[in-house]
Amino acid sequence: MVTTTAAQFSVALRRHLDRDGGALGPLPDWAAPAALVPLYRAMARTRAFDQKAVALQRTGRLGTYASSLGQEAVGVGLAAAMREEDVLVPSFREHGAQLWRGVTMHELFLYWGGDERGSDFAGPRQDFPVNVPVGSQAPHAAGVALAFRLRDEPRCAVCVLGDGATSKGDLAEALVFAGVWRLPLVVVVSNNQWAISVPRARQTAAATLAQKAIAAGIEGEQVDGNDVIAVRTAVAEALESARAGHGPRMIEAVTYRLCDHTTADDASRYRDDAEVSAHWPEEPLLRLRTHLHAAGAWSKEAEEALLDACREEVEREAAAWLATPPQPESAIFAHTYAAMPEELRRQASEAAAP
Amino acid sequence: MTATELTLVQAVNAALARAMTEDPAVIVLGEDVGADGGVFRATEGLLARFGDRRVLDTPLAEAGLAGLAIGLAAQGLRPVLEIQFSGFLYATLDQVLNHAARLRNRTRGRLSCPLVIRTPSGGGIRAIEHHSESPEAIFAHVPGLRVVAPSSPSQAYGLLLAAIRDPDPVIFLEPTRLYRATREAVTDDGTALPLDRCRRLREGADVTLVAWGGLVPEALAAAETLAAEGIGCEVLDLATLKPLDEAAILASVGRTGRLVIAQEAPLTCGVAAEVAARVAERGLTALRAPVQRVSGWDTVMPLPRLEQAYLPGAARIAAAARRAMAWT
Ligand SMILES: Cc1ncc(C[n+]2csc(CCOP(=O)(O)OP(=O)(O)O)c2C)c(N)n1
Ligand SMILES: [Mg+2]
Repeated sequence: MVTTTAAQFSVALRRHLDRDGGALGPLPDWAAPAALVPLYRAMARTRAFDQKAVALQRTGRLGTYASSLGQEAVGVGLAAAMREEDVLVPSFREHGAQLWRGVTMHELFLYWGGDERGSDFAGPRQDFPVNVPVGSQAPHAAGVALAFRLRDEPRCAVCVLGDGATSKGDLAEALVFAGVWRLPLVVVVSNNQWAISVPRARQTAAATLAQKAIAAGIEGEQVDGNDVIAVRTAVAEALESARAGHGPRMIEAVTYRLCDHTTADDASRYRDDAEVSAHWPEEPLLRLRTHLHAAGAWSKEAEEALLDACREEVEREAAAWLATPPQPESAIFAHTYAAMPEELRRQASEAAAP
Repeated sequence: MTATELTLVQAVNAALARAMTEDPAVIVLGEDVGADGGVFRATEGLLARFGDRRVLDTPLAEAGLAGLAIGLAAQGLRPVLEIQFSGFLYATLDQVLNHAARLRNRTRGRLSCPLVIRTPSGGGIRAIEHHSESPEAIFAHVPGLRVVAPSSPSQAYGLLLAAIRDPDPVIFLEPTRLYRATREAVTDDGTALPLDRCRRLREGADVTLVAWGGLVPEALAAAETLAAEGIGCEVLDLATLKPLDEAAILASVGRTGRLVIAQEAPLTCGVAAEVAARVAERGLTALRAPVQRVSGWDTVMPLPRLEQAYLPGAARIAAAARRAMAWT
């Protein structure tokens, strides 16, 4: 018998900032402090939004809400790498990416407050809405990317999903399409180590999630998902390559969910507080802030002014949302079809005059 | 323009070619639809004519394909997805129900899903397991979808064109056993049929026979038998199962006072039940006899050797009509 190596694979892990915000070797050219400040601001804005949304849920005004506390660098980093004309196909925890792309706080409050108008984005008109059935958005993103390919448009689709979602066939099938057709698709796995109560190790026996792409003939890599420089750089490189016709990539951003799964969850039932505390020193805002301080590009005053501005914005947006009248009851019939069929019209008038 | 004699599957092919010619946004995709022309040949010749950017041979992944088509449709393309056999349509349910059917509603019209999923449907061709399903009721239950079931070449042509031009998702169920059963003169002039109208195939004073897809020829045969017995049947081909052409059904029952509904799918919670309920709600006073349903049994679709014991045919439809006649 003779055995030779049929194929060999490896998965790289990329990181630019160490835990304390120090640069690991030279930073990418784009990552000068002045360019990093807007990313820091966006992450702080996301965190302020999350905080307000959770508070509004606690007081019974918002519905169940999925915070992105601790994962802000993933959403902001990937969105900052995208072009306006690209299309975001998110999960339900990508407020940072959505806000960066021009979805408004008002729209996010509407959606999480249970109003369909929150998915009628005035800004990124072609971005997909929040996706609740875990992982099922992956083939949509492949379809969007295929449309770009068929029309020869230099645009990319970016799909974001969680570590749990990588267990679904949806992702496997989307990667099959993307691999075979070399689609302009970038998949970002926001690996926050937990799928509600299921830890990463119980989700799959695979050593990394990135390697699931390799099986489909797609490059997969890991990045430190709490290092916004690493996330933005990796996604930007993947997008550039995809845009140039070199096909898809999958990036596993390794991060940590510092909050409960949603406001309906109590993570203390399945996760040690000590584990959470151990992850706080690695959180993405602290890391970038430390880096910017050391570079002389940030100050205590700047921080205070930013937090004030964020607080002021979320309070203003929350108040405006709370003052928004609900849709009329007849709105449930609207947009079921482009033109309302007779039977639905009959039901709508029955609902209006019972 | 002259009419050509076409089989149902050729009419499907002609409608696809016509739709692709008139609208560059229309693309055809599915397993083996390209070089092979589809396992039933519904897409034959399209690859050569329209090229591999309009006709896509895909990997084997039905759920993913439905999701992929949703992404294409949201981008303004008009994908026509072929699911090779009826049993594999079930794999698309998550994508069709949770996404295709509600994308327009949940984005308040910002994104929509002009998608057609075509699949051969029903039994009667001695196929292997999972190839003879009648899944229409499962999809007809879903808000946001249209469900269409042609029964003749000219109807397949006109309804498929309409389905492709429609701005919402359509499940298009082609009766496998009628693919090559007959030929009919079809004028390939791009004329579509409405997606909310049934077809009256025969007039008669005594009983309304409602059927669709593969059972339409059975209903017509039953009507022929019954005519010899002096029982006049009006035969309605439902054609569009969602939305239902309720007005035409009520009008017919108003004329005959008796209703037999024939479906190949299992009995419970089928489309026939919906037709019966509409008549009970809005046409009861016209009825001179209880509504009669003729259907497949509430069993698993049997393998070919017992297939005929499952499939409702002309004899059972005629017997139901006689039962209705016996009331008054
Ligand atoms: C198909 C599906 N199954 C179950 C759920 C309920 N659910 C919502 S989120 C979630 C865990 C998702 O984990 P992951 O993909 O890691 O994303 P994360 O919530 O950690 O961001 C589950 C089980 C769902 N929404 N969809
Ligand atoms: Mg997770």
